[in-house]
Amino acid sequence: MYDKPLPVIDSDSRPYWDACKEGKLLIQYSKIADKYFFYPRPFVPGTGERDVEWVEASGEGTIYSYTVAERAGPAFQGDTPFIVAVIELKEGPRMLSNIRTDKPYDVKIGDKVKVYFDRVSDEVTLPKFDLV
Amino acid sequence: MLSKTPVIAGVADAPLKKGMVLEGANVLNIQANAALEALDSAGLTLADVDGLMVTGVWALPGPGQLMSITMAEYLGIHPTFHDCTNIGGSTFEIFVARAAMAIEAGQAETVLILYGSTQRSEQSRNLAGRSPVFNMQYESHTGMPTPVGGYAMAMQRHMHEYGSTPETLAEIAVATRKWAKMNENATKRDDLTIDDVMNSPVISSPLRLRDCCLVTDGGGAIVVTTKERAKDLRKQPIYIKGYGECATHWHIAQMPDMANLDVARIAGERAFKMAGMRHTDIDVTQIYDSFTVTVLLTLEALGFAKAGEGKDLVANQNTAPGGNFPLNTSGGGLSYAHPGMYGIFLLIEAARQLWGECGERQVADVKTALCHGTGGTLSSGATCILSTEEG
Repeated sequence: MYDKPLPVIDSDSRPYWDACKEGKLLIQYSKIADKYFFYPRPFVPGTGERDVEWVEASGEGTIYSYTVAERAGPAFQGDTPFIVAVIELKEGPRMLSNIRTDKPYDVKIGDKVKVYFDRVSDEVTLPKFDLV
Repeated sequence: MLSKTPVIAGVADAPLKKGMVLEGANVLNIQANAALEALDSAGLTLADVDGLMVTGVWALPGPGQLMSITMAEYLGIHPTFHDCTNIGGSTFEIFVARAAMAIEAGQAETVLILYGSTQRSEQSRNLAGRSPVFNMQYESHTGMPTPVGGYAMAMQRHMHEYGSTPETLAEIAVATRKWAKMNENATKRDDLTIDDVMNSPVISSPLRLRDCCLVTDGGGAIVVTTKERAKDLRKQPIYIKGYGECATHWHIAQMPDMANLDVARIAGERAFKMAGMRHTDIDVTQIYDSFTVTVLLTLEALGFAKAGEGKDLVANQNTAPGGNFPLNTSGGGLSYAHPGMYGIFLLIEAARQLWGECGERQVADVKTALCHGTGGTLSSGATCILSTEEG
């Protein structure tokens, strides 16, 4: 039984989380703005274009920044040390995730990563990253 | 016509013992005591107050949702100007700005700004993430220790781009502790060395325990009134020369640039422009120190140092007593107190420095002070420039 906080899925995020269950990482794109973005919204943040389409991201990216959590909230304390990282996807948007590694202190900013999917419940599959 | 020039006329902070309020006082009680003390120090009473500004994290989702109403009733006053905005720990810097705007607009004459927290007594604080709804559904599942993990990633990025080091941060922690030793109300007053900081346990790399603010109770109050009203009062009026604010994100992956604090840059530029002042006009600086890295990023963003050169500004204990850049003279959130939201205490210490009330830690010839609050996870920034000189 997975006992950590799970996303509360809503009307904006349903397609994203549904795709994660199928092993696809979706981001959004506006042709008018010529911009990819994340997290999901039905308009381009900051400028408001509404021609938003879902696209499958490559799942490739680099580590923009990271931390090795040696302490954590009650649900995650048993997992320390673990990495929380801001991943910059190849398409541009950034997202927060975890990096799977046995050597957390060997990780560096700029390291290349690739998404994998961690099915944690019937409802939720989380996108996480491996070093490549 | 009456002057509508807003001035700070009184401040107070709650006495603490080992970071806890005395006699287990509740959170309303702490704020009322601070309010009465601040009003009394100014020569005013509750009956003079027509504006009330309160924020905090108490009692949610109960009466805390209507904090100024709850506090007004407890105080027994009927304010005609209210504000319970919450943009995190920087809220108090924008409260001073809004109090000034309300007074200038004739909507209030005497505004009381309040904060209180009993988080230490209640042992209610931990590193758990925020409720995983809306934008936090993309954050809380990662287990990021909150908020320290976000600040840690900002420091990691700053180290990558500019070559700052954990020792840079230790300089800040040690200098701040030296000021705390001269503040009888400070929670941590024992010796602290660079080695102590560097040997303290990692919480969220590269941040260590002594890079993190304390978790304490606390309470504070600020009275803002008109220059006209202040003529008959006890304190020299403190003029609100300039202010500015900005916010960019709540979810940490939405922060535009993790090595450069845009919110502080924008808030600071607006405040300096409004004040018509330059950095060399500032005699003492109070910068929100939720973490040592918050100070480093803010000093650079406000323009006290160029991007990447904050490490030189804080080197060799330059911000400690006797240094060239007096900073966080109360001992800050790192060593005085950090009751969840700290921004009110930046303003309280600045006022006391401007009034020359700081005893052993008093900085010589203080006429102008800058306060800069940070809220959320480097999410919001707000600057106030205060001066005893009107012109």
